[in-house]
Amino acid sequence: MDGAGGVTVASDAVRVVVNGRPRTLERMPERSLLQALRTELDLMGTKYGCGEGQCGACTVLMDGKAVHACQVSVKEVGGHDIVTVEGLARGDELNPAQQAFAELGAFQCGFCTPGMVVGTTALLQRTPSPSEAEVREALEGHLCRCCGYTKVLRAVQRASEISREKARRSA
Amino acid sequence: MTLERPPRPWDRTPPTERGYFEVLGDGILCHVLPRDRTTGGVGGGWSPPSGGAWVHVGADGRIRAFTGKAEVGQGTRTALSLVVAEELRVPVTRVELTMADTDLSPWDMGTFGSRSMPDAVPPLQAAAAGAREELASLAATRLSVSAGQVRFEDGVALSPEGGHRVTYGELVRGLRKTVVASTYGRTTPATDWKTAGHPAVDPAAVDVVTGRRVYASDVRRPGMWYGVMLLPPNHGAELASVDTSALEGEEGVRLLHDGPFVAVAAPTPWDARGALRKVRATWRSTPQPGEPEIEAYLRAHPSHGDHWDMEKLTEGDPARALAEAAVSVKATYRTAYIAHTPLEPRAAVAEWEGDRVTIWLGSQTPFRGRDHVAGGLGIPAERVRVIVPFTGAGFGGKHGGDVALAAARLSKAAGRPVRVAFTREEEFQHGYLRPMSIVDVAAGATKDGLLTAWTFHNVNGGAAGIRSPYRIPNLQADNELSDSPLPQGPYRALAANANNFARESTVDELASLVGQDPVAFREKNLADERLRTVLRTAAERGNWTSWKPNPGRGHGIAVGFEKGGRVATLAEVTLGPDRRPHVDRLLTVFEAGAIVHPDNLQSQVEGATVMALGGALFEEIHFDGGVITNRRLSEYRVPRFSDLPRVEVVLLDRKDLPPGGAGETPMIAVAPAVASAIHEASGVRFRSLPLLRDGKVPVAARTAAT
Repeated sequence: MDGAGGVTVASDAVRVVVNGRPRTLERMPERSLLQALRTELDLMGTKYGCGEGQCGACTVLMDGKAVHACQVSVKEVGGHDIVTVEGLARGDELNPAQQAFAELGAFQCGFCTPGMVVGTTALLQRTPSPSEAEVREALEGHLCRCCGYTKVLRAVQRASEISREKARRSA
Repeated sequence: MTLERPPRPWDRTPPTERGYFEVLGDGILCHVLPRDRTTGGVGGGWSPPSGGAWVHVGADGRIRAFTGKAEVGQGTRTALSLVVAEELRVPVTRVELTMADTDLSPWDMGTFGSRSMPDAVPPLQAAAAGAREELASLAATRLSVSAGQVRFEDGVALSPEGGHRVTYGELVRGLRKTVVASTYGRTTPATDWKTAGHPAVDPAAVDVVTGRRVYASDVRRPGMWYGVMLLPPNHGAELASVDTSALEGEEGVRLLHDGPFVAVAAPTPWDARGALRKVRATWRSTPQPGEPEIEAYLRAHPSHGDHWDMEKLTEGDPARALAEAAVSVKATYRTAYIAHTPLEPRAAVAEWEGDRVTIWLGSQTPFRGRDHVAGGLGIPAERVRVIVPFTGAGFGGKHGGDVALAAARLSKAAGRPVRVAFTREEEFQHGYLRPMSIVDVAAGATKDGLLTAWTFHNVNGGAAGIRSPYRIPNLQADNELSDSPLPQGPYRALAANANNFARESTVDELASLVGQDPVAFREKNLADERLRTVLRTAAERGNWTSWKPNPGRGHGIAVGFEKGGRVATLAEVTLGPDRRPHVDRLLTVFEAGAIVHPDNLQSQVEGATVMALGGALFEEIHFDGGVITNRRLSEYRVPRFSDLPRVEVVLLDRKDLPPGGAGETPMIAVAPAVASAIHEASGVRFRSLPLLRDGKVPVAARTAAT
């Protein structure tokens, strides 16, 4: 599948790094990154909710920036670095956003949570201590139908605390 | 982990022939059987025929419990595990709860109507308590004490002074014993709970935040293909002709054409959709009413025949009382068709093994789904297994089984597992909607503010919430159903959303006509003490009496009771300079008996409050000629972070009452509370949901009561 071991790689194959691992996407340059992740790479954490970049369930990091995987085509990701929700933790150590959402139970069905967690990760990278208004603005493109958002706001603040604690410890 | 299939589904096998231990291994099993007359009082505590449960304590130390309810995001997996953990005196992480697996779970009507807690808690408690009693008698023998002296702690049985200990696994080693739960007597009262009723983190939270949790749409099976159905372009269309010749001889595509059912399966979703585009179909359509005609259409097309969703209440002489009332109001209230919009669209994967099929289905009604598939395939239900994986929410919208049946048919035809999932557009166009409601209401009161007359008639919406929590001596309240041109079905809280909006708005108006405070007026007329307590709490916490009138700002309050729960919502609204209202604050006070899982209940109530805000302010399905015209999330607005007010939730814990359901009732007071607040801020009384068709409040002159 990776084009290694003497398997011929089609000429329109796209090379990309996903969760730190070089991958080759062979059969779908015109497909969306979301379809490639779920169908070709079996990374099911990135969800389909709308297919038009409105719900945020398919949010991934592309070179550290949050993007809607349903709005990016496979041919656009060639040479880029993609991180999905599966790539956020280091082994068993959750990243601060994951830790905070889990600790506060900031979800109900949880279907939106991978996207929210990725979106929060991107937010905290650019704004380590966001105000509530900044959190609302950053997550405006993420829909949750179950939990009513209030716990999500708290979880993002908690994630910010956790990352600052971690930074202090490692400083 | 999926357990092995028994030879026949347990719910369709006599209890003595189920072979529990062939599937679960050595141990003891305690079951409560639905409709079981031999269990004395146990069968009467919940509404049959839902409500069986079984609990297995294994020689391998595992504790497994089984319920027919599904986890669709309401959080009952943890809540139900907590009551089992409580009775067996183990941490919640020790309980493995199998939900909604039709081969292994007790039969259940469905996960709806806020019934998960009232249906499933009593039998799970009884089965777990029965298992604990069996463990006590085994431990008594082992520890040479009486059963009453055995203590339990963290999965271990102890002698009274704790000198001797034996684990549950050791106690049941080599046993294959089934016991029937015989009584509720030994279940633990809520006042003594040590695990249930206390804060608990969802043991599976790590799976959620790492993306490992497998939802219905994430199920993948070896060799699986993707299926897609030919669906009509509009409602009211029938397939007239179909030409599939373009697919003849096409490699890697399996076409299934059986009467009106046309579907294809292919190795990828886009191959399947590409193949379906080559199918030429023509449709015969009957004219469909559009939005301008819909109210007249629904009034003119009553639905005939018996239906469960009907109510007819009469008391005294409402016509005369209305004529004699000191003050009266008469109005028509309307609520639009809206869509459930769970974030995960419908999805199913089917896989055959010999003549038996397994279907992973995102569903609130797995057993009904099983029957639907079996009926559609013309095979006995025993051969169909429906498993509900985690489901990306439902809100009443996932009762059907069409994707399951399509997946099963395509899988059979293709000879491999097949997945069928809706796109968001299909979800809007081909799912069903919350019915439009038209409510005609007339009501009257005395000068002193006592309700005397009430006539209330709902067209199309349904019966839920027609029963009034107010004491009214002369009353006629009923509903009729219509033949809706758009498919409609259950929605979180059903018609209680519409009926409570109409009732509470009417009550608010009467209070203002007699010049009384809306809280005092309600308190005087409410018949239900629990609801009065909820209302008083909302008024206190919301500083109702200290509110300072302020131009462009308003506050409103409303109450409701439904499905055993009581709710009061207080809303505060500010009118912007462009007359666009913003909801600043929603305070919801809720009570539904003893609280099992406080964190989850908090989330349920917060979520219901915000979901209701969407239906109150802006959610509305638009349609023309049988086509839903706003079938994308960019066109159908649901609440986002920017809509989020300050949401406060106050939960009242009644440990003296059994745990009730909470999924629906917290919704039903939001719209009338917001409408009252907007009225105070603007002088405009809205009688239709959504309240803000164009996002703004018109000037007050246009608002006389109709």
